[in-house]
Amino acid sequence: MVQLTLPKNSRITTGKTWPKPEGANRLKTFKIYRWSPEDGNNPRVDTYFVDLDTCGPMMLDAIIKIKNEIDPTLTFRRSCREGICGSCAMNIDGINVLACTYGIEEVSGDVRIYPLPHMPVVKDLIPDLTHFYAQHASVMPWLETTTTEPAKEWKQSIEDRKKLDGLYECIMCASCSTACPSYWWNGDRFLGPAALLHAYRWIIDSRDEATGERLDQLEDPFKLYRCHTIMNCAKTCPKGLNPAKAIQSIKKMMVDRRI
Amino acid sequence: MPFLTDRKRVMGLGAAGTGTDHHWHQTLLSAGLVVLVPLFLLTFGRILGAPWEAIVLYYSQPFPALVAVLTLTVGWIHFAKGVQVLIEDYVQGFARKALIVVTTCLGYAAALASVYALARLAL
Repeated sequence: MVQLTLPKNSRITTGKTWPKPEGANRLKTFKIYRWSPEDGNNPRVDTYFVDLDTCGPMMLDAIIKIKNEIDPTLTFRRSCREGICGSCAMNIDGINVLACTYGIEEVSGDVRIYPLPHMPVVKDLIPDLTHFYAQHASVMPWLETTTTEPAKEWKQSIEDRKKLDGLYECIMCASCSTACPSYWWNGDRFLGPAALLHAYRWIIDSRDEATGERLDQLEDPFKLYRCHTIMNCAKTCPKGLNPAKAIQSIKKMMVDRRI
Repeated sequence: MPFLTDRKRVMGLGAAGTGTDHHWHQTLLSAGLVVLVPLFLLTFGRILGAPWEAIVLYYSQPFPALVAVLTLTVGWIHFAKGVQVLIEDYVQGFARKALIVVTTCLGYAAALASVYALARLAL
């Protein structure tokens, strides 16, 4: 059966409350998940106070400020700070977002920050995405051709290129897959919204010559058909994409090639 | 834990080569039920609470009898396929296989019982 309760060593405890900054007028409370594999303790939630008058507007600004000025042991991924790299995906106030494009003011009250749900945690806000990336690699996210490569380039019409809009923009932040209940329960076999969106991106590419093989690889009750159109993926995607629609399109193609 | 590469874990035993049939049949059965359920409620509601003789006479007519038998059989087969998905979602290992066998048998047995009951009434 699916595991509905956390194992004893994963239950979250109340952590340290850090001192408030002196002379602050606009204080915001951040409750952040902390766990380190080195100390053997259960995860805890530490409380930090940030003066918004001396902090940038985004969640990532606050987290960086906490790391720089309050607690240098706080661990998280970040890179581009503009929603391109997908590194800072985390669960803030109950939804998966990119910390760099999510405004502090968008959360009223205390801000609760956790790593992406239902993934093994490496440390603090860093999930282990190894399996997620291997799933992405399994859909062969590259152009597959058997025709001799043209001297100049593979041509594509403007109409065919437009079919890739809403698909190629995915930055593999894992927000969608980790928001999907089907992925929570069967993530070992279900490829998840992100990998399937990428699969469709190559299935629908007019230049790709492995459409049949790609569909064959997805013809499986678990790899594809665990998607029940719950739509959490589309709701949470920080880039505004719709993986559920892409998965539905794959299912339609599966039927089209039979009937 | 076995020493498997991440790619090996993801590929597992490979694609089963099935799944679309189940999806397509469930879609067809759902579409059928969209039509059948209102018709069943309409026909069944008309005779609800009537005396036994009137019910036998009513279900000896082809339209209400066929609507009832189709609704019940399609409904039970849809149930069996739907519950299979539910079990695949939430149960793992041997229990998954055992429960799928049990619920599939239950669904088809109930469909058969419905046909038998309607035949007794109508014929």
